[in-house]
Amino acid sequence: MQTALDILLTVSFWAAALRIATPLIFGVAGAVLCERAGVLNLGIEGIMTAGAMTGWLVVHLGAGLWGGVLVAALTGALLGLLVAGLTVSLGLSQHVSGLAVTLLATSASYFGYRLALPAAADPPRIVPFAPLDLPVLSDLPVLGPVLFRQTALTLLALGVIALLAWFLARTPLGLAVRAVGENPAAVEAQGIDVHRLRIGAVVAGSALMAVGGAFLTLSAFNAFFFEMVAGRGWICIALTVFAGWRPAKALLGAVLFGAFDAFQVRLQQVAGGAVPGQVFLMLPYLLSIAALLVGARNARAPKALMTPYIRGER
Amino acid sequence: MIRLQPRSETPRLLALAVPVAAALAALALAAIPLALAGAPIGRAYATMLEGAFGSRFALAEVLTRATPLIFTGLAAAVAFRARLYNIGAEGQLYLGALAAVAVGAGAVDGPPALVTPLVLAAGALAGAALMLGPALARVLLGADEVVTTLLLNFVVLLLVQMMIEGPMKDPMSLGWPQSEPLIDAAQLPKLIERTRLHAGLLGALACALAVHVLLSRTVAGYAIRAVGAAPAAARFAGLPVAGTLVGVGALSGALAGLAGAGEVAGVKGFLAADLSPGYGYAGIVVAMLAGLSPLGTVAAAFFVAAVFVGADSMSRAVTVSSYIANLIVAMALIAVLVAGILTRYRVRLARAGSA
Repeated sequence: MQTALDILLTVSFWAAALRIATPLIFGVAGAVLCERAGVLNLGIEGIMTAGAMTGWLVVHLGAGLWGGVLVAALTGALLGLLVAGLTVSLGLSQHVSGLAVTLLATSASYFGYRLALPAAADPPRIVPFAPLDLPVLSDLPVLGPVLFRQTALTLLALGVIALLAWFLARTPLGLAVRAVGENPAAVEAQGIDVHRLRIGAVVAGSALMAVGGAFLTLSAFNAFFFEMVAGRGWICIALTVFAGWRPAKALLGAVLFGAFDAFQVRLQQVAGGAVPGQVFLMLPYLLSIAALLVGARNARAPKALMTPYIRGER
Repeated sequence: MIRLQPRSETPRLLALAVPVAAALAALALAAIPLALAGAPIGRAYATMLEGAFGSRFALAEVLTRATPLIFTGLAAAVAFRARLYNIGAEGQLYLGALAAVAVGAGAVDGPPALVTPLVLAAGALAGAALMLGPALARVLLGADEVVTTLLLNFVVLLLVQMMIEGPMKDPMSLGWPQSEPLIDAAQLPKLIERTRLHAGLLGALACALAVHVLLSRTVAGYAIRAVGAAPAAARFAGLPVAGTLVGVGALSGALAGLAGAGEVAGVKGFLAADLSPGYGYAGIVVAMLAGLSPLGTVAAAFFVAAVFVGADSMSRAVTVSSYIANLIVAMALIAVLVAGILTRYRVRLARAGSA
């Protein structure tokens, strides 16, 4: 018990928690945006993989790190357009379409990686984002190391959540996005194009998801590995339900998740050997399932989630 | 302007033509990544065809790979019919394989006629048990089964790694993490000597027929279809919606578990972490290509298996990554989704504004 408290009270622990949470914050922000507009985007796992691969690849080929982030976002937007085309324009099953895009984006990423690097046994490395060193801010006690010695992408993730919360709650367009997820027919009656709104939300949300993937290759690690996304996309979908589709709670969920993950890594070092490592590796997935079950009881999903809107049909 | 008019029923020929067209379209689209890789397109397709159908052994290999795909395809098809989206076939396959090893690697002994059914039953039970959780969570809590089953896939794979590196590890495997081998009496007989083709194929075909009969000829099958087509109406008609969903979940999990038990008892003889190259996920593609028809699943599994076997030879002959197979299969899924619109709607050319 003493060791558990010791772990929770260290500054480095909370810094690690936020670092681990960063790709999830991007992913869950993207998922919240898509789902508030009424589209469950199960392309997320593949979109994050594609973002991780393309972002890393262009940096490896000589682009700057922010160039990598931009390319990842564009790749995500493009895949989002595919998701939206299938689920919004054609009104196909959001479950199956999303999985199809995940399968496509994942295999295309792996194929593309092998295409660019035919025989790289040891994956080539890039120079990733360095931790920030801001005057004054980075030297603050506790807050400095936890917030301002992260990489720029972590701060960007926090900014994205704030922006998303403001956008959904305070702007006319945000209101329209929420309305289109609750009652698309009413939005249509206002003379607003339901499909265009939904497509826009899915494209923007997918771009965010891809940046979350790019964080893995451009900040957390410095190379691309097969299966490196490892279910983070699915975890984001579970966290979205847990958060009741609200951005602030999504941030909280992602950070709690990151804290739990950082905690199990440290506990593993303490308990090392007594328990097989796989038990610890299972915990994040089991925790996500638990979060989903808790969230599913209380949460109120957007009413039109997973219902395609076809003009003139009720 | 193009207008879509709902069809009241789908012409049989069209229902057959759509998946075939989608499969061909996916194969044609594969020319793009092949061209990007700088491969000679014509030779690539020729070696692919040759690799899948060029010899008796190639064909036997296709049928060997089609066997688990029929099982996982059926698992997806029967669940999707009830709109229970079981995406956990990969995890259920591995848990089924784990159970098969637990029973078949010496725990029970006797004549093959006794041990083999026990091994397969253990696999089916394990798969069913794993799917019960997500099905119950969906029915009782409204938790989306897609996410729970997907997350469980990761948990089960870690559990398998833990078992084959720990308690179930074969001490004779020279450090490789793999389970102890099944005893001879637990192994499925080979159908053709000197190939990998085993009796599991017959089991898969029998299951396809059984699921077909279940769905089309029984009360339970009617309930499954009704729950999938219109849950509210099914509830109003007094059908046990929750019970049907849980039952169909157990059946789906059992079929996926059989895929794993069959791979262990028929092909590998032991369990390793690379038992399945994604048969669980490919099963979804198989089911969609089959239009969720159990008998169609057999043909779709044969196609997907042929793509995998053919792409293996092709990737060696023209040196492109073997991920081309996964790419083709994913494109086939998207193609069949889009083409499926033709079976549900009539495409009409109409003047704008005339509704």
